[in-house]
Amino acid sequence: MLVRHLSLTDFRNYSAAEVALQPGANLFVGSNGQGKTNLVEALGYLSTLGSHRVSSDQALIRSTTQAAIIRARLEHQGREVLVEVQINKSEANRAQVNRSMVKIREIPRFFSSVLFAPEDLALVRGDPSVRRKFLDQLLVARTPRLAGVASDYDRVLRQRNTLLKSARNSGVKANQLSTLEIWDDRLVALGSEIIAERDALVARLRPHVEAAYLAVAGADHSPRLMSRLSILSSNSTDDDTADADEALVATDSPVIRADIESDFRAALVRLRRQELDRGITLCGPHRDDVVFQLNGLPAKGYASHGESWSFALALKIASADLLRVDSTSGDPVVILDDVFAELDQARRTRLAAAVADYEQVLITAAVFDDVPPALAAHTVHISAGTIVDPAADA
Amino acid sequence: MYEGIIQELIDELGRLPGIGPKSAQRIAFHILQTETFDVTRLAEVLIEVRDKVHFCSVCGNVSEQDTCSICRDPRRSQNVICVVEEAKDVVAIERTREFRGLYHVLGGAISPIDGIGPDNLRIRELMQRLADASIEEVIIATDPNLEGEATATYLSRLLTVLEIRVTRLASGLPVGGDLEYADEVTLGRAFEGRRLVEK
Repeated sequence: MLVRHLSLTDFRNYSAAEVALQPGANLFVGSNGQGKTNLVEALGYLSTLGSHRVSSDQALIRSTTQAAIIRARLEHQGREVLVEVQINKSEANRAQVNRSMVKIREIPRFFSSVLFAPEDLALVRGDPSVRRKFLDQLLVARTPRLAGVASDYDRVLRQRNTLLKSARNSGVKANQLSTLEIWDDRLVALGSEIIAERDALVARLRPHVEAAYLAVAGADHSPRLMSRLSILSSNSTDDDTADADEALVATDSPVIRADIESDFRAALVRLRRQELDRGITLCGPHRDDVVFQLNGLPAKGYASHGESWSFALALKIASADLLRVDSTSGDPVVILDDVFAELDQARRTRLAAAVADYEQVLITAAVFDDVPPALAAHTVHISAGTIVDPAADA
Repeated sequence: MYEGIIQELIDELGRLPGIGPKSAQRIAFHILQTETFDVTRLAEVLIEVRDKVHFCSVCGNVSEQDTCSICRDPRRSQNVICVVEEAKDVVAIERTREFRGLYHVLGGAISPIDGIGPDNLRIRELMQRLADASIEEVIIATDPNLEGEATATYLSRLLTVLEIRVTRLASGLPVGGDLEYADEVTLGRAFEGRRLVEK
């Protein structure tokens, strides 16, 4: 798929912006703080309904205004689709496809993108939550229905935690435990689905990550991905380095759905006492992780800066590959936000080669020379929220 | 900010569900510019409603007498009870004219976040009604959301020991709708609950 035209109203620093984009590589160049990332952030919003930089939508709306509008003319294999999203300060956000109202959560069906950003290093070095978010975003992009499963799971989790807390505060009573069982049922049903889907995704990502790592790093460090499931862990500490090996699921033995449910139930029974003491749910997909290894050692803590970057890039390339394989509306749009500045010359060239055959690649860079010449075809200059496109003027 | 009593009125109106500050202001000014007897009538009705309307001692529905008109109606079948969350749901089901049995209003759904457990709902009253052997079926018509489903599960567990037929309202496709516009959760439920075509 392609973005033909992007227009923004009151988004971040832009009061109004119009950008025409071309198939293949598009490069946005400008000094720091001029609004390059804001352009690609807007497109990223259409595929994830969130920003890769902030968790709240409020920061996306230009100060002193009430609403930001992102409007993108897309092309799905020759067919034009106009997608519009209005991010409101005080009301619910609204969305339109081809000028008719749709539910906002329908929007990612029309636009898929994979965004590479300096923040990606946290995939390797950061907390488990970063990796869970990465997997879940990819799951939802591939199977939109799972967004509903995930939000139901979160709600059950909140209900169950509140119940555990109130049981703790009032001393445990038999009747409170009887309703706990009901929430256990929902937690296990929804949670097992998420665990199974995540594990299947990790298994599918593995060959793509291996290939992409080799392509980016130029060397084989036998990268591996393994699910770490909290329902298989006997201890309940928050420290994710403790008992590193015991709850790991090797990716070559896919977990079986029925086993997950019974393991989940067994874990809840095992942890019941502790859960009641602490007033929180101690196992489930909200406490899982996926462990990355290089040459048999965990990448977190052992890998060098360059190796960590290669792994992060390999994960993103792998997710783009997966979306491409499953897509019915063409390739996802690849967005490289300020990543070339982070990489050495060899990795820059190899990353450029890895994404070069996608239908459309959008790049932002502060320094033009950081970007490999292969990706510098259509260059747009950004300065203080104004867009200068030599191709459009010509 | 308005001065004194006007602002007080706006604040009070704004406390009502579904009314934001702007609507509250509009209503306040509408009241100010309306003939006096209208306001008196509204005030009377407001006081009257709090005075006269009670909750039915049997089913928990709203009623001006001790028991509601549905519980008093001898023509309704006395052996089926439909369990709903709110009195509003009784009105919705009555509109269908499909159901001729009795109701039981729980007064909400199990939701620890809102501090509502089984003890806060009229579940004990329901069990007392069911102790009378004439009830043959309980239809659970709680909302098809997480809290409604949790309440339904809780009730069905309580009721299975009583040897009463327990049924749950079906979830699925809206009538008169298009399949292509159904969201995947609804469509998935419709698949789960599919029926054998009768020959």
